[in-house]
This record gives sequence, C-alpha cells and structure tokens, in this order.
Amino acid sequence: MSAALSVRDLAVARGGLPVLSDLSFEIAPGHALVLRGPNGSGKTTLLRTLAGLQPPLRGTVAPGPGSIAYGAHANGMKGTLSVRENLTFWAGIHGQRDAVEDAMRRFALTALAERPAQGLSAGQGRRLGLARMVLTGRPVWLLDEPTVSLDAASVAGFADVLRGHLATGGAALVATHIDLGIDAPILDVGPYRATLADLDRAMGRDGGFAA
Amino acid sequence: MIRLIARDLTLAFRAGGGFGLAIAFFLIVVVLVPFGVGPETARLRPIAPGILWIGALLACLLSLDRVFALDREDGALDLLATAPLPLEAAALAKATAHWLTTGLPLTLAAPCLGVLLSLPWPGHLWLGCSLLVGTPALSLVGTFGAALTVGLKRGGLLLSILVLPLYIPTLVFGADVARRGAEGLDPVTPLLLLGAVSLGCLALLPFASAGALRVNLR
Repeated sequence: MSAALSVRDLAVARGGLPVLSDLSFEIAPGHALVLRGPNGSGKTTLLRTLAGLQPPLRGTVAPGPGSIAYGAHANGMKGTLSVRENLTFWAGIHGQRDAVEDAMRRFALTALAERPAQGLSAGQGRRLGLARMVLTGRPVWLLDEPTVSLDAASVAGFADVLRGHLATGGAALVATHIDLGIDAPILDVGPYRATLADLDRAMGRDGGFAA
Repeated sequence: MIRLIARDLTLAFRAGGGFGLAIAFFLIVVVLVPFGVGPETARLRPIAPGILWIGALLACLLSLDRVFALDREDGALDLLATAPLPLEAAALAKATAHWLTTGLPLTLAAPCLGVLLSLPWPGHLWLGCSLLVGTPALSLVGTFGAALTVGLKRGGLLLSILVLPLYIPTLVFGADVARRGAEGLDPVTPLLLLGAVSLGCLALLPFASAGALRVNLR
C-alpha cells in the first residue's frame, strides 16, 4: 500500500537558514507519527514546509499540498463571526458544507454555535480551530501543538476524533509534547538538526567558514 | 471565492469592521476644503474635480492596511494559502471586497458631495462615471501593496508610500474625466484611458499580489 505521506531527504529552512536536513520518513494510511523536539528545533518549520507554505531547500514531499490539511498554532477564526459562521465559511472553501453540524457535535461546540468566536474561552477557541480540520476533507493532517489550552476532557475528545480520522484511512503528523493516547511512533527531530555543512551548501559555498 | 467576498463583507458590516469609515473620511475632507480655500463658487469650481478625486483616493487608503493584516494576525491567511482556492483568486476576492466596501460607496456619494464644492452639472455625472471606472484600480493596486507589506509591523505607513505613487495614472485620468465633464468638453478619451488602467490592473495585479503573499508567508 502506498504511503499517505512520503518525505525523502528533506531539508527545510527558516528565514533562509537551514534548520533540519536529511529528513526521510513515511506515514502509511491509518497511521500517525508524533513529532518531538525542543522549542526552536524546527517542528513548525517542517510542518509549514510540508503544508506547502514555504518551499523546501532540498528533497521531496509526496503527495502535494492538495491532500494535506494544516492545523497551525493560530485558529484563523474571526471574532465577530459566530462559531457556526466561521465553520461554514471554511467548510464552503473546502466544499464540505454538509459536514458542519457533525464537526460541531464532535468537538462539543453545538451549544456554542451562535456564540461569537471572540466570546469563547481559549480552550473553546482551540476546539473551534481543530473542528476546521474535519471540514477540510483532506486525508493527511498536520497538527502543530493541537492540545494547547485544552482541558483533559477536550484532549480525550480530540484524541477520539483523531482516532476516527485514522480509522477511515487518514494519516496524521502531530507535533505535541503530551501523550494523546494514540498508538503512534515518535520522531525526534533532534538528530536532523542542520549542520554547518548544510549552511554552507545553502549559501552556495563548498568549504567551511574559514575557506 | 464568492464565499470569501461574502465573509469579508459580513466582517466589514459587523462591529469594528470599518464599513462607513471611508465615506465619513471623504465627507470630512470635502467639507473641510471650503473652510480652507474659501467658499466662493468661482474659486471652488475649478478645483472641485481634483479635490473630490484626491479625497476619494485618500479615503480608499484608510482601510487598505486591514486587507491582509487581520487575516495574517489570526492565522487565517496561512489557512487560506493551504486551501483549495488559488491564492490569486483569494487576492482578487480581497480586492473585490475592498472595492464593494469603499470604492462603490465613494462612487455613489461623490456626485452628492460635488454639490458642496459647486461642481457644475453635468460634472456630477462624469465624476460618478470616472470613480466607477477608476476605483477598482485603486482597490487592486492597494491590495497588491497590502500583500507586499503584510509581514511588517506597522506596515500601514509604508503601504501608503508604496501605493500612492502607483495611483498617479488613475488620479490623472480620473480627475481629467471629471474636469472635462464639468467644463462641457468631451471626457471620453481620458475615460477610456482610465478604463485601460483599471483593466490592466485587473489582469496583472491578482497574480502579483499572490506572488507577494507567497514570499511573505515563508
């Protein structure tokens, strides 16, 4: 079976400087991979590159951004629109308008449907942001610290949704520091930190700094 | 694309959206001019088309820094860039929404405000015509400027400095249409040139805006 997400010899850069290099991994449909690494180690940069928001320095990502849904730190929701209006907008952009009620139910947002998003607590807002992932209808989810400001019950609810996504043949790459309770291998980005040689290569030089 | 326009219009009409700001600013500029130069008809009449056009142009600038900056702040721009909607279409939708909330109301208000500056008939008609044809270019150029400065803190000032020189062709032809109309001359030639500027902007700038956004999202 072909991989849901296949990354070969990937090198990513932040602000033109290489952050991670020689990264290769595959995620099979129905599986998740947890991304670990200290702050500033390049997890967000890697996810943004995979999502197609920035080009990689080297290497290939398959499939393209068209089948990848990116869940960033920020929720991207408008404070003056209600929960339902926000979700309906994103569902419309992704052509999934029928899925709005179901997404609200799965993230326990139905009771808050008419509330303006600016009146939500941080955790409720986070659930709203995560509900958008369901509405993309895309098979590969990239999640950047999805559980920030979620309480224990919401984390469990989110893990259920994630398990449901994997059970239907989806895949996920999750940058998180807490245990979501899903059966997933861990990829530590530490060993892939870019070296001076990568910096030289990125800047089109052959030797070290002394050369 | 229509959904994005509809969302932006809804946001503009909701509290704090800034709809009506451009019109209010335009009204104040036009009201201030007779206080500054004197209320004599003979003095106001020749400068009325130019003042009205400059007022509309400045009013257009007011809301430009919000075009992409708000979406950038709350993360919606990243999500839009990864959505199935091409970024070019998103840029065009943003420009359209900006025009519907500023350019179109300005076009409708300007002929009425022309009375305050003793703009003679049929100048009102041609002023309205020139704004209708010219303001889309203002929104498109402004959206491009907003895309260029989206990553910058306090990019609004830089945006004005970038965008205002690019408004010159539109201002020259637009004010000329209104002036010729008011003086009873044939305004069709500058009107055609004004239309050419707007169509050129429509054809090219959504692509330029999308390119600028892609660079700024990195």
